[in-house]
Amino acid sequence: MLQNHEIALSVNNLNVYYGGFHALEDISLEIPARQITAIIGPSGCGKSTFLRCFNRMNDLVPSARVQGQVLFYGQNIYDPKINPVEVRRHIGMVFQKPNPFPKSIYENVAYGARINGYKGDMDELVERSLRAAALWDEVKDNLKKSALALSGGQQQRLCIARAIAVEPQVILMDEPASALDPIATLKIEELMQELKKDYTIVIVTHNMQQAARASDYTAMMMLSKEGSRAGTVIEYDRTDAIFTRPKDKRTEDYVTGRFG
Amino acid sequence: MNGLFANENGRFSPRLSLRLRYGRLFQLLSLAAVTLGLIVLSVLILDIILDGYKWLRPEFFSQFPSRFPEKSGLRSALQGSLWMISLTALMAFPIGVGAAIYLEEYASDNWLTRFIEINIANLAGVPSIIYGLLGLGLFVRGLELGRSVLAGSMTMALLVLPILIVSGREAIRAVPQSLRHASLALGATKWQTIQNHVLPYAMPGILTGTILAMSRAIGETAPLITIGALTYIRFDLKGPLDLFTVLPIQIFNWVSLPKAEFQQLAAAGIIVLLAVLLSLNALAIVLRNKLQIRW
Repeated sequence: MLQNHEIALSVNNLNVYYGGFHALEDISLEIPARQITAIIGPSGCGKSTFLRCFNRMNDLVPSARVQGQVLFYGQNIYDPKINPVEVRRHIGMVFQKPNPFPKSIYENVAYGARINGYKGDMDELVERSLRAAALWDEVKDNLKKSALALSGGQQQRLCIARAIAVEPQVILMDEPASALDPIATLKIEELMQELKKDYTIVIVTHNMQQAARASDYTAMMMLSKEGSRAGTVIEYDRTDAIFTRPKDKRTEDYVTGRFG
Repeated sequence: MNGLFANENGRFSPRLSLRLRYGRLFQLLSLAAVTLGLIVLSVLILDIILDGYKWLRPEFFSQFPSRFPEKSGLRSALQGSLWMISLTALMAFPIGVGAAIYLEEYASDNWLTRFIEINIANLAGVPSIIYGLLGLGLFVRGLELGRSVLAGSMTMALLVLPILIVSGREAIRAVPQSLRHASLALGATKWQTIQNHVLPYAMPGILTGTILAMSRAIGETAPLITIGALTYIRFDLKGPLDLFTVLPIQIFNWVSLPKAEFQQLAAAGIIVLLAVLLSLNALAIVLRNKLQIRW
């Protein structure tokens, strides 16, 4: 199904444990470059945990243990000689709730570039990132203003601009619109369509319509079997296939709203 | 009892007026408690101000203590308090903030960390005279610093460290986890995240805690008496190894003298001490309100 695409991320036999709790069970799939891949599934099936495997945010949970491989253009990001700090610059993340720094708009965008030793023109980078996040026209006269003064939707686009500014290849989005109203949500979705020209996007969403509207590929996650609490990917296909002719009965039940 | 409403069926006995009366009674009791506290405090302050206000003249601040009340002043006590508070802050602040950062950001959650946490909380409740005894043994005699302002400040730093660590940890914990994640997700290292985000955002809280700890230190008497701070000093304090006295000790000394004028001098000293304490607390409140970040 992915033969026409370059592969950005390739997951091989991924298992995640929190202490003795098996959170993700045996996931293998490939994420196409410069496409939008949605991860859907009921609450508590490990969608966010899975997403956080791609930029090693699970490393921040002391009891978490990740087995298996995640290849980023062929390089295993769980290789012992790879530092997670390095991974996170190439694989950026936008969180569920907008979390701008309590600093100026300019500083928010410039921060990542600055700590990573950006050598170019910072003003130009800030403008380019804000333009790419469709926020420039709204804030260009107020770059010194506190980011906390922006609306929720603007804050989330600022967080996207901030992620773009370190020039990642992949942007992970963890339910980026769940805290926003429908208009702000629509803006984020339109923005994603622009961003996929340059970036590989992986998005976790609770919103089935959003997945159907905005994504190219969809991974359906669910608890691996009755009575288990470990999540796994039960079906992965083109989004239109998932929503119109799912192969798995559970996927069909879920996307048609019969459960979940 | 019949209520106003037609569906009152007699299976409940609400006794509403009685319940409301209990409520009003409790409100009055609470008001009385507040009033009583305020009245006692006002009477105390008024009494002290009436006793001491006429001694608050410029000479009071520029003269050394003396056998003659009219030639007595706070000069050496003010110098001592100023030196002590500066040295204490200089020593306690970095150690306290460092410990708070370690405990909040680095320490893993195991029995040793929890043991340390419990003991820091306990240390905050240890009577101050115990710190005085520790200072006497460790700094005055052990390190042979003598009864110097440095030994006093080190003792005081120990005394306020638990307060500083606890308030520092609270300030650090109040920084939302989502901001740490935001920074780390951009490829910041742990130290960059702490340095650029956690510490700056926690700083208003840390400063407030520090000022409150300092106002505690400036009012403490027992540990300094224990380490042997003098009560009668007629020379300027020139360095950290000099003998010293502080405001509360000078006040304590005047109170213990029989002459009525010295009692009034003590009252004047208390006014000064209160003024210093209240301004420190006011500064803490202003800082908190000005710098506080609302997420």
